[in-house]
Amino acid sequence: MFRRRPEARPAPRDRLVDVYVAGAVVRVPEGASAAAAVLLSGAPAIRTTPVSGAPRLPYCMIGICFDCLAEIDGVANRQACLVPVAPGMRIEPQQGPRAARPHHNAPEAA
Amino acid sequence: MSYDLAIVGAGPAGMAAAIEATALGLSVTVLDEQAAPGGQVFRAVESASGDPALAGEFLDAGGALTASFRGVTTIAYRPSSTLWHLAPDTGALSVKAGGASSELAARRVLLATGAQERPVPIPGWTLPGVMSAGAAQILLKTAGAVPQGAVVIAGQGPLCWLLAVQLLRAGVGPLTLLETGAGGALWDAFRAGGLWTGRRLLGKGVALVREAKRRGLQVVRGVRDLRAEGDAHVQAVHWHGGSLPCDTLLLHEGVIPSTHITRALGLDHDWDARQLCWRPRLDPWGATSHPNVAVAGDGGGIGGWEAAVASGRLAAIDAAHRLGKLDAAARDARAAAPRISLRSALSLRPFLDRLYAPAPTVLAPADDTIVCRCEEITGGQIREAARLGATGPNQVKAFLRAGMGPCQGRMCGTVVAGLIAEIRGASMEEVGALRPRAPFKPMTVGELAREPQDAAA
Repeated sequence: MFRRRPEARPAPRDRLVDVYVAGAVVRVPEGASAAAAVLLSGAPAIRTTPVSGAPRLPYCMIGICFDCLAEIDGVANRQACLVPVAPGMRIEPQQGPRAARPHHNAPEAA
Repeated sequence: MSYDLAIVGAGPAGMAAAIEATALGLSVTVLDEQAAPGGQVFRAVESASGDPALAGEFLDAGGALTASFRGVTTIAYRPSSTLWHLAPDTGALSVKAGGASSELAARRVLLATGAQERPVPIPGWTLPGVMSAGAAQILLKTAGAVPQGAVVIAGQGPLCWLLAVQLLRAGVGPLTLLETGAGGALWDAFRAGGLWTGRRLLGKGVALVREAKRRGLQVVRGVRDLRAEGDAHVQAVHWHGGSLPCDTLLLHEGVIPSTHITRALGLDHDWDARQLCWRPRLDPWGATSHPNVAVAGDGGGIGGWEAAVASGRLAAIDAAHRLGKLDAAARDARAAAPRISLRSALSLRPFLDRLYAPAPTVLAPADDTIVCRCEEITGGQIREAARLGATGPNQVKAFLRAGMGPCQGRMCGTVVAGLIAEIRGASMEEVGALRPRAPFKPMTVGELAREPQDAAA
């Protein structure tokens, strides 16, 4: 788990953004990525793999490894390390393989 | 939109090339996947400027270069833009940005796409809590964030020491460096020479090592057989003869050119047997085997940011010559200064390349180690496919799906080839490399279909 350092962004650069990681609010510096928000949230995983269901967290943070794939504001499989945070952004971990949905706009089965 | 020169990447090479090419009268666009200029080495330097942990070259040199780039307002800079296709014969570039795709045209294309960290396939490297050393540095640069609890850096290379200093300044601890270099590397390195010409760079390195030790870095040397262990998160790191509990394990075995796009274009590459990586074949100006495409910076061979700046300028000067803005004599005169700085920046490379020579084991992980992180394919499965007759990584992809996942082989490609070479007793040149195809990054059908004006509406 990662922690913020308030001294890293002294005023007037100390702007923070509230986002949601798996429904929980996390306060992150403006300009940080959605992947950074996940690591700051302490979430145990950003996804579980489609093959074995193993948990993963971001590995490279530069857009190479694709381990940070997450559902961001309703769009699945986004590279969270390449998406800057925005106020109110919703970052949802992806669980295993995606289920086929019978209708394009049908809500996810419970 | 049409330009004389399209530059892909806004790191040191891309920024320096854009400044130089604009000064020589070319119309220039710069595409970059990130939201702000700097590349990875100077990532987020504008917003991180108040962080005492990052004081030094990052803030000084990175801040100055980024400010110069921002100062040239005639450069058409496109942040948060990903190149997903390039047709080098016609100069058509397909770019996704803001949820839509658009096309640009350029008479010449300069790929300044930089480096990636060498993948370090050890048992347990897919566990949460294990990441690359560079990833921790990106978190520090972009969010001022540091790992909590016990932190271990394992591997070798200048970045290990720089990161250790920055993390210790930022209050991380306890921090341990497990150095994997081979015994005797230092003497081999001294024989490479270049120490006098490279004394300024060498001094920088010595100062880093001193500061790291003064700040309490624990160092274990000669480490091999690393493995990460834990249930759903890393809890300990083990090596031959030792182990340590840890909450975060940061792996690093140097950086290698990012060849995804140069490979997709089918350009000529050479195997670098000392650095165990592929590099695109370049002339002294950075020109590739395609007449319209050049490469500058670490994407053409690892040299660091000062070499990247010089090679970016040289590629821009060559572009101006090829596009009729400079005759050969003016080109050569203009190139004199960057050639001198390139030579100076590379003077210490023979020493560093020997001191931090990657162990051959980085291409020969154990049978039970995951090599392809996306499809969870192990070293043993790849060896078995090679025994069954797979002659190269493209065949192994068909056998096992290794390299077929979302990273498109960026992480596993070279290791897969190394394992095939081992089993078949073949050279890396004979085994070959994965042939990536467009789109260079996965994209949605919506991004493909949507015109930029739809996205804006």
